[in-house]
This record gives sequence, C-alpha cells and structure tokens, in this order.
Amino acid sequence: MLLIHCPHCQEHRDEEEFSYGGEAHIVRPLEPDALNDQEWGDYLFFRTNSRGIHHEMWYHAVGCRRYFNATRNTVTYEILETYKTGTQPTITGANS
Amino acid sequence: MSQFRSINRLPTHTGAAIDFTFNGKAYQGIAGDTLASALLANGVDVVGRSFKYARPRGIFGHGAEEPNGIIQLGSGAGTIPNLKATQVELYQGLEASSVNGWPSVNVDVMGIVGALGRLMPPGFYYKTFMYPKKLWMTYEHFIRKAAGLGATPVEADPDSYDRLNQHCDVLVVGAGPAGLLAAREAARTGARVIIADEQSEFGGSLLASKQSIDGIKAAHWLASLVAELKAYSNVQLLPRSTVFGYYDHNFLTVLERRTDHLGLTSAHQVRQRVHRVRAAQVVLATGAFERPLVFAHNDIPGVMLASSVSTYVNRYGVAPGNKLVLFTTNDNAYQTALDWHQTGRDVVAVIDSRSNPSGDIVAAIKAQGIDVIAGHGLIEAQGNKRVKRALIAPINAAGTEVTGAVRTLNCDLIACSGGWSPAVHLSSHTGAKPVWDESIVGFRPGESKQQERSAGACRGTFDLAGCLAEGANAGAEAAKLSGYGEGNTQFPVCAVEEYKEQPQQALFLVPHTKSTSRAPSQFVDFQLDVSASAIELAVREGFESVEHVKRYTALGFGTDQGKLGNINGMAILANALDQSIAETGTTIFRPSYTPTTFGAIAGRDVNNLFDPERYTAMHRWHLDQGAEFENVGQWKRPWYFPQSGESMQDAVNREGLAVRNSVGILDATTLGKIDIQGPDAAEFITRMYTNSYLKLAPGKCRYGVMLKEDGMIFDDGVCACLGENHYLMFTTTGGAAGVLAWLELWQQTEWPELKVYFTSVTDHWTTATVTGPNARKVMAKVCSDIDLSNEAFSFMDWRDGTVAGIVARIFRISFTGELSYEVNVPAHYGRHIWEALIAAGEEFNITPYGTETMHVLRAEKGFIIVGQDTDGSMTPADMNMDWVVGKKKTFSFIGKRSLQRSDMLRENRKQLVGLKTLQAKDVLPEGAQVVFDAKQTIPMSMQGHVTSSYYSSSLGHSIALAVVKGGHSRLGQIVHCPLADGRTIAAEIVSSVFYDPKGERHHV
Amino acid sequence: MKKYSAFSLFKNALSYHENWQKVWRSPTPKKDYDVIVVGGGGHGLATAYYLAKVHGITNIAVIEKGYLGGGNTARNTTIIRSNYLWDEAAQLYDLSLKLWEGLSQELNYNVMFSQRGVLNLGHNLQDMRDIERRVNANRLNGIDGEVVSPERIKEIAPLINISRDSRYPILGASWQPRGGTARHDAVAWGYARGADALGVDLIQQTEVTGIRRKDGAVVGVETTGGFIGARKVACVTAGNSSVVAAMAGLRLPVESRPLQALVSEPVKPCLDTVVMSNAVHGYISQSDKGDLVIGAGVDSYNGYGQRGSFHVVEHTIQAICELFPAFSRVRMNRQWGGIVDTCPDACPIISKTSVEGLYFNCGWGTGGFKATPGSGYVFADTVANDRPHPLAAAFNIDRFNTGALIDEHGAAGVAH
Repeated sequence: MLLIHCPHCQEHRDEEEFSYGGEAHIVRPLEPDALNDQEWGDYLFFRTNSRGIHHEMWYHAVGCRRYFNATRNTVTYEILETYKTGTQPTITGANS
Repeated sequence: MSQFRSINRLPTHTGAAIDFTFNGKAYQGIAGDTLASALLANGVDVVGRSFKYARPRGIFGHGAEEPNGIIQLGSGAGTIPNLKATQVELYQGLEASSVNGWPSVNVDVMGIVGALGRLMPPGFYYKTFMYPKKLWMTYEHFIRKAAGLGATPVEADPDSYDRLNQHCDVLVVGAGPAGLLAAREAARTGARVIIADEQSEFGGSLLASKQSIDGIKAAHWLASLVAELKAYSNVQLLPRSTVFGYYDHNFLTVLERRTDHLGLTSAHQVRQRVHRVRAAQVVLATGAFERPLVFAHNDIPGVMLASSVSTYVNRYGVAPGNKLVLFTTNDNAYQTALDWHQTGRDVVAVIDSRSNPSGDIVAAIKAQGIDVIAGHGLIEAQGNKRVKRALIAPINAAGTEVTGAVRTLNCDLIACSGGWSPAVHLSSHTGAKPVWDESIVGFRPGESKQQERSAGACRGTFDLAGCLAEGANAGAEAAKLSGYGEGNTQFPVCAVEEYKEQPQQALFLVPHTKSTSRAPSQFVDFQLDVSASAIELAVREGFESVEHVKRYTALGFGTDQGKLGNINGMAILANALDQSIAETGTTIFRPSYTPTTFGAIAGRDVNNLFDPERYTAMHRWHLDQGAEFENVGQWKRPWYFPQSGESMQDAVNREGLAVRNSVGILDATTLGKIDIQGPDAAEFITRMYTNSYLKLAPGKCRYGVMLKEDGMIFDDGVCACLGENHYLMFTTTGGAAGVLAWLELWQQTEWPELKVYFTSVTDHWTTATVTGPNARKVMAKVCSDIDLSNEAFSFMDWRDGTVAGIVARIFRISFTGELSYEVNVPAHYGRHIWEALIAAGEEFNITPYGTETMHVLRAEKGFIIVGQDTDGSMTPADMNMDWVVGKKKTFSFIGKRSLQRSDMLRENRKQLVGLKTLQAKDVLPEGAQVVFDAKQTIPMSMQGHVTSSYYSSSLGHSIALAVVKGGHSRLGQIVHCPLADGRTIAAEIVSSVFYDPKGERHHV
Repeated sequence: MKKYSAFSLFKNALSYHENWQKVWRSPTPKKDYDVIVVGGGGHGLATAYYLAKVHGITNIAVIEKGYLGGGNTARNTTIIRSNYLWDEAAQLYDLSLKLWEGLSQELNYNVMFSQRGVLNLGHNLQDMRDIERRVNANRLNGIDGEVVSPERIKEIAPLINISRDSRYPILGASWQPRGGTARHDAVAWGYARGADALGVDLIQQTEVTGIRRKDGAVVGVETTGGFIGARKVACVTAGNSSVVAAMAGLRLPVESRPLQALVSEPVKPCLDTVVMSNAVHGYISQSDKGDLVIGAGVDSYNGYGQRGSFHVVEHTIQAICELFPAFSRVRMNRQWGGIVDTCPDACPIISKTSVEGLYFNCGWGTGGFKATPGSGYVFADTVANDRPHPLAAAFNIDRFNTGALIDEHGAAGVAH
C-alpha cells in the first residue's frame, strides 16, 4: 500500500485515502471540433504508459478532495515527488 | 495422571500436565510444549503421510520450516486445517489428527500408490490421462480426491478478528539475539519501537541455548533483557506475532495470534489480529533455517534437523529417540551430539562429510569418547516407520562419489545438518534479490529496496557475539535514520563463550552407491515428495530455468514454502546444469512468510460490516410498514410495500394505480445532491452537461445529461438554479460520488480559472416525492406559504416554503409523469415530514410506493434509467434524446466531439424504442435478446435487447423499453425475443412513451 | 517428437526415466526468420504453433526475455470461460474454448483442462438484468449458459452462503458448464513443445531491445543477443506492450496495472467449480492440488512491478469470506501479482499497425489466459495473411478512433 504525500494537506497518508487519476499533463484540445477522429482518439485513449518515471494524477478523495500530481516510478513504485496541479514536475524521465 | 511420564521426556523437565489427543488417542504433555514436542515426548513417530507417495512421515523440524507435521486441529466449526505441529502450543483438551492417511497414518492404503512412485515422476500427469479424451474428468476426480492436506470447516467461523493500523519509527522483526539487541538500542533513543516474534516467547535461538553471555546463562541474560524492553513505554512487544508480508513504502503486515494457545475458539476475545504497520525503518532479524542433508530415504521418521534435536532436548526436555547418529558438514551441529550426550542417551557416531574436521568442538566431542567418522557420508537411512539403521560410506572430498565400502550403524535417530540458510524471505518480498555467498554457503539478503537492514543470522552472521553486535548496530542505525539518537550503540561487546568454527563443506546431495536416478529417493522437498532425481529429470527434459524446474517438480510450493528444500534443490539444479548457484539464481519469495488466516486478513469487514449500509431518515417507518428493500449502491431503498397476502406484482399494481389515479409518496432521499456555487458555476455546469444552463433563472430547474469524454451517457438528473451563481445538481443514487469526483477533476485539472465550488449535500436533505393527480391537494394541507397554483408554481419550478412547520424546498419535477412535488427538508426532519404528508394524504388514500413502482411509472413515460437502459455504450441520440443536446453551445462540452466520430453516425446503432408484446399479458424478461427473424438457426443475428420491462396496471398491458439496431426507423415492425425456456415472444416496435404521450398530466 | 502416453511413461520408468527426450531444443538464433514472435508466453507460443501448424510457416523464432510462460501465463488464476456479452468477444472466446476442449490431444500434452463450470454471481437487480442479457446473448450465439437460482448455486457449490440476510445476498448467477480451469504452465509448455517439434526456434533469456524498420516496414529486431532479421514481427508481450510499441514509435490505448492473486494452503476437495462475483469482487476455484485459487481486483495505478497493494488483497479476502464463511479459517499460503495491459473497453487489440509487417496482440486485461488458444489462432492467421482474421477484425486498433468500442467491463470479471 503506497504512502502518498498530499501537497495540499502537507501530509503523508495511506493510499486508501486517494484514488488514482491516470496520466497527468494531458491537456484537453482547445478546439476539439478541429481535430480529426484519429487526433481525437489519440487524446481520448492513447497513453505513454511509461515503464519507469510516470507523471500521474491522484485525488485525495477522503481527504481534501483535491487533485494533485505525482512523479512515480512504475517499476519500483517509489514516489519521487508530488506537486500541485498546474505546476510542472522537477523530475522527468527519458520517455515521459 | 500427574504421575504419568512420557517415554522421551527428560527427568530434568517438569511442568503442569496437559491432556490432549492425537488421531483419537489420549496423550499427556506439559506446559510449554508444542504439539510436536508433546508427540515426540510420547514416542509418536508417524504424524502424517506425504502428499504424492503417501510415505510415512515424522516430525522433522521445530518451527516454521516443518514440512511433515501437518495436522488438523479440532473439529466442527472451529477446526483448523494444515497447522504445523511445531507451531501449535499445547492446551488442555487439544484434539489433533493427521491430514492424510486412510484408514490411518500407520496403515495407509495409498502407500500402495507410493510404492509405484517410479510411475509418477515429476510432470507425469502432463504425459498421460489424455486418452480417451472423455475420461479426463474421471481421472481428475480421483487426482483431486488424493490431493489436499486438511479439510476446511463447513460452517461459518465462530471467531472474530480485527486489524490495527500502527505507525512506528523502528520495527524489529524477530526477537532472537540480534532482534532483541536492535530493539534495545532503538528503544534507548526514544524511538517508537515495535518488536514482533512468531514464537510464544522472545529469545529465538537463545531459548534452546546452553551458552553464557557475560558469564550469565543465556536464559537469565534473556529474561533480564526482555524485562528491560518491557519497561520502555515506547516499545511494543508482540509475541506470537508473525510478520508475514513486506510491502511497498515500508508497509508490513503482522499476524498476532491472541488466543490460539488457549483453545480452539475464543468466544469473547479477538482470535487473531493483523497489525498493519507503517514503519519508518525496519530491522530484519529473522534468523536462519538449518539445511537438511539430502540422502536416500532421508524422510523416514526419526530423521531430524540437528538444531531441532537440540531444541527438543534443551528447550522442551524431550529426547526423541535413544541412539543418535549425527550427520554434518559443519562444526556447528556438533553441539547436538554434545546436547544428546548430556541426556545420557547414546551417540552412536558423528558422521562428518569433511575429510579432516579439526575444530575445537570436534575435539570436545572426541573428548567425550564419541566416535567421529570423518570423510564419510550417511548415504541412506533404513527403516519403515522409524529409522533403524544408517548406511555410511566414505566419500570423496568433493562430496560427489562414494569411494569405499558401505557400513551399517544401528540407530533410531538421525540428526542432520548441511549448514544454515539465512531467512531472506522478507527482504525478498521488497524485490531485493538474494545474493549467493560461497563463504556462508547460502544466500544473503540483496541490496535494500526499502528502509530496512538485516542483522544476525538472516544476514549470514551465525556466531552469537556477531549477532548481538550486528543487532545493536542495526537498531542504533535504524533509530538514527528515523530521527532518534546518534547512531552509535551503547552496547558493550558481550563476552560469549563459543567454539571457533572451521569452514563447513557445501554438500547439497549426498552421493549414493547408485546413481541419483536409481538410488532410493533422496528427498529435497519433503511435503511435496520432490526428490533429487526429479530435479535431475526436469533438467534432462530441458527445463533449465529455476522457475521452470520449480513449477515442473513443485519444489517449494508446499505450505513450508521450501524453507528447507529450496537451497538444496537449486544447488542440485545448478550442478545438473553444470553452472554455479549464483548463475542459477533463486526464486523470488512471496508473502505470506507463513500461512495467514483469511479471517484475520479480512478483519472485521465481514458479515454486517462487509460494506456500510446507508439508510434514509424514514427507514424505520419503511420497516414498520413491512417494506421489502432493494440494495442500490450502499443504500437500502424500499422496493415495494406489500400488504398482507399481496404478491410483489399485486403490490406494484396497486401502488402504480394509486399514483395514476390519486396520489402516491416515494422516499427519494437517496438521489445524489451536489451544491454548486461560484461566479463561473453556470459556465462550468454548461460544459459538463449536454445542454445549456447559462440562461436558467433562479427558481427554475432543468433536466440534463452528462457524458464521459467518449460521448457515452454517464449520469443524468435535474439541476436547479437556487440563486445567482448558485445551483443544486441532482445525480443518480449510484452515481453521486462519481459525479462529484468528475466535476472536481475538470474544474481542478483543466479549468482552474473557473471559479466554482462543489459540496456534496446528499446527506443534508430528506426528500419525499408526492405525486399524482391529488398531489396539490395533499400539499395544500401542509403548506400555506407557497402559492401552489400551476400558474404561480409551474412544472420545472422550485420554491422555498414551510411544510408541516418545517422549512422546506419543493421542486416541481416529475419522474412519474404526474403532477409532482419533491419536498426537501433537513434530513433530521425527514420522518416528521413523511408522516405529516401521509396524514395529510390519508383522505386521498396516499400510497407509499417503492423503487419497483417508480420504475414502472417512469417506463410508462419512456424515462430512462442510466445504467439500466444505458450501458456505457449509449449516446443521447441513441436514447432518442437529441433534444437534450445543445446545438448552439459555443463551448465544446464534455463528450461532444466524440458524438461526431464515424461509429456514432452509423445508422444501425442500437436505439431506444418501446416494445409492445402482441399478447398483452406477456411480460418480456429484462435482458431478453431481440431478433428480426425468429426462424433463423443458431447463431442468431441479434438486433438488440430489452432493457426495462413491466406489466403496466394503468395501461392494462405489458410495456418494455429496448435498444434495437436502427430502432428509431423501425416503428411498427414486429420483432421476436427467443427465451431460454423455449418460448419466443413477438412484440411490436412502438414509441418509448406509452403513457400520456403529450405530457399533459404533469403540467396541470 | 516422441509421443507421451501411459505406455511411454511405463517404458521410461523401466529405465529409471533416464531416456526422456528434451521437451524443446535450445537453438542458436538464425540470422533471419520469416516471422519473429516477440514474447514467449502462452499467446506468443500459441501464435508460433498455429503459424507453423495451420499456415505452414516454420521459419519462426519466438524471442523471450525471461523463461517461456514466465509472465502472466505463470501468474493467473487459470479460469476459462466464453460467456462474454458482445458477439465479437463471445465468438472469439468461444473459438478459444472449443480449442481448449481438444488441446491436450492436439498437443499430446495434458493441459488438465477441467470443465467444472463457471458461476458468475448476481447480487442486485441490475446484476441479474445483466446476467439475463448476457446468458440470452450467449445462448443465441450457440454458447452454453443458463441463469440459475440461489438454490441451484448451493447445489453446485455447497459451502456458498445464499442467506438472504447477507449484506449483498446472492440473487442468482449465470452458469456456464463448459467453463473451468486448466494447468497454466502446461499450456505454455505444451505449445512450446509442439511449436519446437514443427521447427520453431524458441530463444529464451534474450530480450528484444529495438524494432528495426526501413521505409516504413519492419526488417527485424535488435536483441540483447544482436540483430535478428525478420519479414514480419508479431508482438505478444502482455505486461510490456507499450514498451515494445514505443520501440516502433507507436503508442497504444493501454495501461499496465498490477493484478494480484493468491492461493490458500491445499485443502481436501471443497469447491468443485469456479465462482466469480463482480459485485462483492472476488473469484475463486480449487486447483487439483487442493489450493483455493483466488483472484483480486486490478490495482488502481499503473505498475510494472508485479506487486500490488495489500488493501486490494484484504478486500478480495473479505469478499471470499462473505461468499464462503467457512473459508475464514483457511490460510493464505502465497500471494503475487502480474501485470495486466488494460484497454479502455476491456477488450484486446489484435491488429496490424501503421508499420508494415508489424503486428500487435495485447490489451487482454484480465481475460488473457482463457483466450490463449483462440488468440494464437486468429493472430497467426492475421500475421500469415496480413489481414485481420474475421474474428479479429473487430479488435482492430482503429476502433479507438472510430468509437466502435466493445465494452466488456461487465463480463470481464473484474471491475476496472
């Protein structure tokens, strides 16, 4: 069970308080109607699914109810940092 | 009875007598015994039969490593299968039995099968039982009957369990010499320490030690150390507690057995508890397992681990035999010969595989007049249900060949030792890969992946002084890294009297005069009957990876998880592959370290507490009325209110007619409610729903549909404008939490510039829906401060007012198609308002109705239920709800773009329609499949399915909603539903609105 | 290939089992192949086997970074069934089930396919509607199945709790008698032995590190043992699909998650079927060895660690104790995790790609093991003919652009 630092609460809490929100930093296209089906499908479903460094969203569902991002190694599960939505990670991997 | 003395109990040992039975026979042990020690004390040789060949087996070890002494404890609801006799503490009245053997362990007819063992090499079942094909299930039936160890109870567990979340600075696993010192050093710094040990007493190897520490006998030294630990308020001692798993981020799970030593079940206490420990730092001091030697028929009862013999003698006062032969590859095991000699029983000889053992302890043994036969192997044990002889022979220095004549030694006990294997299991759980170390002939823990370090024997340090020092250092280091102390120990180096040991020999397979494939079975994994020849055969057949060989032979898959057999097995494999053990590698150990009770892992979250139940404020009233309930998410909702003698259909017919003809009342409290505020609330809501809320005025409501970004319907409900920048969103009962998280996701991660805030208010409100032609009359009796006229308070309006003296908010929205008022009051007034409305409606025969009638009424109107009429693959257009999709919205609302993908524009998408059966009384089953041609053969071309179907008492015929390919352009066509019972029901495709198609009734 | 039989077993016993043939060769890789299958799990080995057996393409290598069948093939709970909801999925899984029914004889290797039936329980009214819908669809697709009552469930699995007072009482179930379990390792070994006998090179302990392309077409793979040429490369690397796809510059609609499983200690026969519950969330069967084999839910986060979080195991065991209160005193012997590649619609991708000669078979989520024979069969056909097998067409990767998803979350057995 992961131990996750919520950057809003400034606390380490058990994974059971959070829910996973998927890959972070996927920006919704500003003009969806201008995209073709393939570009839109890319946005909807296609993911990097990194093995190693991964930036992902978490939701402090039974805590502050806020989303934030984590940089986590998907092999070791080590959480290298958590940071607020709208900010950028300080740690990036080769394929992230 | 107290005069009774078991044949193998040493006179030095006394204790209160404890009566127990094994396989129905009465025995007596003494306080402090395990079942294993008590059985050995009573001279019970055969405790079980092996898994595959049904060979008789006796106690081999003294702890978690025991492969043979697997027993069934007790009977009835409290019975426990597969306990290891070495880990069962004896209690008065204990009943145990063997798990295999029929009619008994001493006379097992399956032994005949065992005699045919040569026909059952590893993997034999992959090679046979294939022909004739149809007989496999019969073969398998008998294979299954022969498998399994103990029997599961057949009744519910009478015991209770719980879980405890714990945090600590330093968790010490194992309370042997290293662990105890680690705990003490950490404790001294003020760190919060938990120390757990699987045994009933702390001490580990010291419990059976005759050594002295600083001139004090080990037992006394131990007692004062434990007393010191107990005195620390920052130390928690957990005996009878096994750390069974080491998970990510230093999360460890500990099974504490609280009452097992007292009896089979415990009526008033928690039987077992799982401590879920998040530790800043961990010290692993889990010790080591002695390695058996693999020689022919090494599984006959009377063959034991050397350290186990010593433990039984020194700790339990049990000498399990008379004439001992010790077979060793190392100095360490000589202690067993000394221990045995001191009982006054006969040490026949020490067989040492090394050609020239010369250590101090060897000299000490020789000084006692004990025969040490060096350069020899004990190549075969003989005997049937008890060892009678040992065959020994000279072997070459490499330990690969017998080099001389075989001699026979008469004996009834063989103690063997092939050295020690560190218990690297927990560090391995973290993903640390154990590293082979030739110098200790064992695997050491791999590089740490977590905040942990190993100390003592589990790190390959086997001398007592070394264990003590290493433990102290590890404790101090762990404390420092968790923020306590300076990392230096206050531990003075102990003076320990111990023999300086000479190098051991690595001997994993004792040679025999015959080749491995032809020699009598040389067992590596006792529980699963895996022999050395099986491993060699696997290699011969081309299985080269250690995982393949494990899986092919079943090596290590027993309930002892290969604690004894794995290293020997891997070494034999490496040898067969002509490569080093380091190259061969090891398999990865997985939790659980020792088997862990399911009930304890489940904790309290079973039975009534499996999942919370949510009740509305009127729940008790519903119960009193005899309502039947439906689970909707976690909510308990009244399903229908049967009156005496009524069937469900009767009740639903009555309830439905009451709403259509007079007035009904529904507990609608469970609908999700989200309060939304902020200057950008309208903009935000408009982005989330398919339609627009920008111009929704205070006092007004609007129905909306929410899509996922893939364009599929996700939730629906009414949203009301409560005031400027203030809205209330209703969600489906089951969707409430998901919708809130969905709103938060978009606001926080995509549009943080929108100022809008969400609060779940589901539990703040109780909702009673008054619906039917007489609804206004009922409302008028309890509400005087709202003009209820249709002109002043129209459909899709809401008003604040007072109902039966309570401040209320009333919505004129309708899920029945009738004139409806949804009365919302603060939750605590729910029952009051409900009863007031019932009383007010009495003259109109107001009828409470449940979810079933609600479903019928809404289906009559063609209103969909998300999740029933949709399934995650339905768009608004599919549901004939294009009207709810705002065409002029400037912002591309969530899901909009997906509605334009090519598959969404396909003409034969499944579309919502009504189905009217040709026979009015035929009610289609929900889930029935729709076909156009009833006469086709299977596989049929399915065109859709029935999503909702009821008998409509108001209409006098059945109604159904269905999704049918291209359904919107097929009105009037006849379709067919072939049912499982052989009937095919024909129905006409009609509009999905069956009742009041013009929608006049809710506008009155 | 020497045939296995009771007679061969007897004959070899007489010579102390010293003369058994190797199950497969350990070949040195050739310079190039007609087809390279990346991934030596069950699906990859089955693909190679059917390419050789059905399509006569024998110049094939299967390249495996670890040992054969060492990924999810070795880590699943071995459940086999074909009672999927949508026509496309049901037909694919039923092709697989039909192949399972003759697989031991086809391979001359007893994969111990045991048709002890599968129950999918319903605990609320919507569950029951979904079960009715699925069973009706199955029957009209020619797939066995019926909706059974709690009383019938109790006959099939006597230790199950059908009390109406349970938190989520069992209201009924779908019952597929042809479903069951098989011996997972044997499936990989049987296909490997069969493929090897047909000339397929099985190359273990060799990792593919790159996919070399020229002019938009595949020319071979880089491996830890050097470059190996190939006209076609078929990737079947469950648990690593996105990583391999990235070697060809592709992204997939796949997320890799931990899926955990556990076994109890072996106990005497007490459960003679497979029981699955979506609503209380656990599934269980008993192996021929006597272990209760139990599946847990997919962990919520992406992970390649073959480990999951303990609370998922707790919830699973709670569900099992809820369904089978008598198992509360049985003990967990071992738990582990695999890596499942999940697609947004809980259905696989069996597809050509934008790179000529490069094919992907992935995204099976929790459904991979049961599909092994059918997956290999249709994928081999797709690779051999460079066009989708009719049963694979719907599982084209393009569906994520057109929107023609096949949503099997309800039938997939595990809520994602």
